[in-house]
Amino acid sequence: MRTINVSVNGKQYSHEVEPRMLLIHYLREVIGLTGTHMGCETSLCGACTIEVDGKAVKSCTMFAVQADGAKILTVEGLAAPDGTLHPIQEAYWTEHALQCGFCTPGMIMITKQILERNPNPTEHEIREGLDGNLCRCTGYQHIVNAVRTAAKAGA
Amino acid sequence: MTTTVTKLEKLVGKRIKRKEDPRLITGTATYVEDVKLPELLHAAILRSPHGAANIKSIDISKAAALPGVVAVYTGADILGVGSVVCAADLPGLRKPVHHILAQDRTYFVGHAVAVVVAKDRYVAADGVDLIEVDWQPTQAVTDPEKALAAGAPAVHPEWPDNTAFIHNQEGGDMAQAFADAEVVVKQRIVSQRLIPNPMETRGVVADWKQADKAMTIWTSTQIPHLARSILAGQLGLDENRVRLIAPEVGGGFGSKLNVYPEEALMGFVSMKLQKPVKWIESRRENFQTTIHGRGHVDYLEIAAKRDGTILGLKLKLIQDLGAYHQLLTPAIPTLSVLMMPGLYKFRNISAQVIGVFTNAVPTDAYRGAGRPEATHGIERMVDMLAAEIGMDPAEIRYKNFAGKDDFPFLTAAGLTYDSGDYAATLDKALEMIDYKGLREQQVQARAEGKLMGIGISTYGELCGFGPSPATPAGGWESATVKVEPSGKVTVMTGCSPHGQGQETSFAQIAADELGVPLDDVIVLHGDTSIVQYGIGTFGSRNTAVGGAALFYALQDIREKAKRFGAKMLGVEDGEVVLADGHCTDSNGNSVTFQQIAGAAYRGIVIPTGSEPGLVATRFWEPSNFAYPYGAHIIVSEVDKETGQIEIKRYLAVDDIGNIINPLLVDGQLHGGVAQGLGQALWEHGVYDDDGQLVSGTFMDYAMPRARMMPWIESAHTITPSPVNPLGAKGVGEAGTIGSTPAMVNSVVDALAPLGVRHIDMPMTAGKIWKLMQDSSIQEKKA
Repeated sequence: MRTINVSVNGKQYSHEVEPRMLLIHYLREVIGLTGTHMGCETSLCGACTIEVDGKAVKSCTMFAVQADGAKILTVEGLAAPDGTLHPIQEAYWTEHALQCGFCTPGMIMITKQILERNPNPTEHEIREGLDGNLCRCTGYQHIVNAVRTAAKAGA
Repeated sequence: MTTTVTKLEKLVGKRIKRKEDPRLITGTATYVEDVKLPELLHAAILRSPHGAANIKSIDISKAAALPGVVAVYTGADILGVGSVVCAADLPGLRKPVHHILAQDRTYFVGHAVAVVVAKDRYVAADGVDLIEVDWQPTQAVTDPEKALAAGAPAVHPEWPDNTAFIHNQEGGDMAQAFADAEVVVKQRIVSQRLIPNPMETRGVVADWKQADKAMTIWTSTQIPHLARSILAGQLGLDENRVRLIAPEVGGGFGSKLNVYPEEALMGFVSMKLQKPVKWIESRRENFQTTIHGRGHVDYLEIAAKRDGTILGLKLKLIQDLGAYHQLLTPAIPTLSVLMMPGLYKFRNISAQVIGVFTNAVPTDAYRGAGRPEATHGIERMVDMLAAEIGMDPAEIRYKNFAGKDDFPFLTAAGLTYDSGDYAATLDKALEMIDYKGLREQQVQARAEGKLMGIGISTYGELCGFGPSPATPAGGWESATVKVEPSGKVTVMTGCSPHGQGQETSFAQIAADELGVPLDDVIVLHGDTSIVQYGIGTFGSRNTAVGGAALFYALQDIREKAKRFGAKMLGVEDGEVVLADGHCTDSNGNSVTFQQIAGAAYRGIVIPTGSEPGLVATRFWEPSNFAYPYGAHIIVSEVDKETGQIEIKRYLAVDDIGNIINPLLVDGQLHGGVAQGLGQALWEHGVYDDDGQLVSGTFMDYAMPRARMMPWIESAHTITPSPVNPLGAKGVGEAGTIGSTPAMVNSVVDALAPLGVRHIDMPMTAGKIWKLMQDSSIQEKKA
C-alpha cells in the first residue's frame, strides 16, 4: 500500500491505496465521485476524461499513485459551489448535446481542454479535438454545436 | 366570480431542452455501477477463450483459497436456476438450452464458465485468473454459409445441419411475377454483424433479503418489467417480491432489450451468500457477450418490366444466429421479410429465412432490428434495377411508390401501412438538395475524372411496437398520471427511456393537456415497485405507444377534474370547459386546476358518483404499427488514389408523423444516421474461423468518431399517424434504416463509370481501393 495526497475539485485527500489501483477507481470508489465513467478501460473512449494538473487525462489508464501530489478536476468540480452551471455544462444542456449521458462527463471535460487550447475553434478543429471521445447516441452534431456555443460564451 | 384566464402557450412541438439533463451534466446521475450498498461484494466471470471447446475439468481450489475471495461457482452449482429465456417462437424452432453458466461445453468466445465473488473487483479478477480449466478445443464454425455446408462442424452436436429454423412467407404470386418479367436483377447482399456498443456496458447489482424473501435487482436494461417477470421465473421467486430497477441506463440500442445470464447469476449469488453483489461488464466482455446485430446474407432477385414497373421481390435470407437464442433472436429476420416491399406497390414477394447456428455470440435486436437489412435490400435492388434499365433512381421510385390515396395500404408482405405521401417527401428532398443541378454537376465532375456519386434511399419502416398479437410479450404500453393535492403532476410510464428524453416530451404532453407549468410535471420510469407494469423501450415505441397511453390517462384526469370543477362552481357536469389550467363555466366563473386537485383530496365536495383523489392509469393497445418513412440523399466523392469516401452532403427528409419536441427528434435522427453510416462505412464484427472475435476492442471495431461524421441537414414532411391520438410515428430507428442504402447507392453511383454495380458494407477505403484496381482492369479489358 502507498499513501497518496491529492487535491480533487479543490478538496485535499490523503489515502492509502494499492499501487495497482486505477485513478478512476480511486475517484469513484475511494472518494465517491461517480461522475467520471469507465467506458472501455483502454483509453479509447474518453468517458473517463478528467483534468490532472490542468491537462486532460484518461483516468482509466493512470494509476492513483501516479496522481500523488496532483491537482485533479472532475465533472463534479465544474459548477460553482452555489450550483451555477459552468458555461460548457449550460451549452451541452441548451444544445441537447447528450442523450444517455454516459459519455457526457468526459465530453464536457475534453471540451474544456479544447477551448483552453483554442478559444475559437472551427468545426473541423472541434471534431479533431473530440477525436479521443466516443459517443454512441448523438452522432456528434449537437456536441459540435455545444462546443461552439460554449466558445461564444467565453468558456 | 368571473376570472380572466390567460391563454397558455402550447409546449408540444417546441424545442424544449431536457429536464433529465441537470443530473447528467453535473456527474450526479446514478448508473448501475454507481449503486453502493453496505457489505457489497463484487463478481468477475471466467469466460471461454475458445470458439468451441469441451470442458474436461475445472479446478477452482486456488481461486477459492485466495484471500478476499468469498465464493466461486461453476456450471455444476447453478442447475437450479432457470436457463436464459427466448420469448420468440417459430414453427419447428430448435431452442438449445442456454444455462447461465456453461456445463461441459462452451459454444462461443466469452461464454460464461465460472463466477468469482470477492471483497473487491481487483481480487475477483485475480480469482478468475487462478481458475484452472482443462480445455479440449473442438472445431468451430462462424460463417453462416459455411455452417450450412455439408460436413461443417456442428455448433450443437444434436443438430448437425446447424439449422435452427426455416421460415417461409409468400405474398401474391412470385412465379407469375418472374413469368411476366422483362428484366430480373439478382444480387447477394451482406448486412454484416454489428456490435451495438452502448457507452455504458451492462451491469447488475442483486440484493436478496431472506427475511422478506425479497430481491432487488438493479440492471442496465430497456425492459424492467419483462426482465423482472423472467428473472423471477429463473430464480423461482414471487414476481411481486422482485423489485427491478433500471436506473440511469447509458444507452442500449436494442442490446439491453434482453435478459442475460449474468442477471440471474447475480440473483443466485446474492441468495447463496445473503449479501448484495455487483457485476460490471468490461468493454471486452461487452464486445464478446452482449448481443450483436444484423448478420445477414441475403440473396435477392427483383422482377420488373423494362419501363421500371417492379413486379416482385424474392429473398433467401441466411441469418447468422450465433450459438443460442437470446430474447428475440429468431424473430428478428422475420421483420426483414415484413419490410421487404419497402414503400412500393408491387404485389408479389417470396421469402425464405434460414436461421443458422454459429460459434458466435447471439445476434438479436440492434437499432432497426431486421428493418435496416430489409431496407438495404429493397433500396439497393431498386437502384440496381434502375441502372440495369437505364432509368434515373428517383424516377424509378416515383413510378413504384404506393400513392397518397392508397392508404391504408396493404403491402405484399401483409402489413397495412397507416399513412403517407411518399412522393411529396421525395419531392421535398430532391428540391432541397437541387437534384437536377447535382446531376449536372456530376456530369461535369465525371468529365474532370472525379468519382462523384449521388445516392437516394426512400426508406420505410414499421415501428411503434406494436399490436400485442404481433409481439412476443405484449405490445401495449401503460401510463399513470398522479395529480398531487397541490396540483403537481407525476407521470409514471411503463416505457423505460434511456436517453430518448421522455422525461421531457411526456412532461410537455401532460403540461399541455392539464394546463400546468412544465416544471410542475415529473416523469418516473424504470422501477417496478413505483411504476405499473409496462413493456419498455424499443422499436421506436415510446411516443407512439407510451405517449398514447399517457394521452388517454390525461383525458381521464381531465374528465374527473371537470366534474370536480363543475361541482365547485355549482353547475352541471357538461357546463364547464377545462382549458389553460382553469375549469370555467358558461358565466366565466372558474377554478384553477390546482384548486380542483386540492378539493379532490380534501374530500368534502365530491361529485355524485365520483370519488376522492385524482389519479388515472391506462393501458393502451395499438391497433397497428406506425410507419415512418423518408428520403435520405447522400452526395459523395471517392478519392481515386486512396479509396477514401468523402461525404459532401447528407440530407434527411423524414416523415415521422407529428413531432412532440423537434430538438429531441434531431438528436435521435443524428444518432441513428451515425449508426447507419457506421455500418455502411466502418463497423464490422469479425470472427475468424476458430471463433475468435478479432474486432473485439475499440481499436479494431471502428465506431464513428466526431471527425468521421458529416454535417447532417434535416427536414420533415408531416403525415400524422391515424393509429394513435398523438399522430406520432417514431424516430428512434429512422436514421439507421434510411442511411445505409443511401450511402452505398451514392458510392456505387460514384464508381459506376468503372463498372461497379454493388459493394457490400462496410465500404472501407481499403475495400474501395481494391475494387477500383479490379474495375480499372475490367475497364481496360473492355
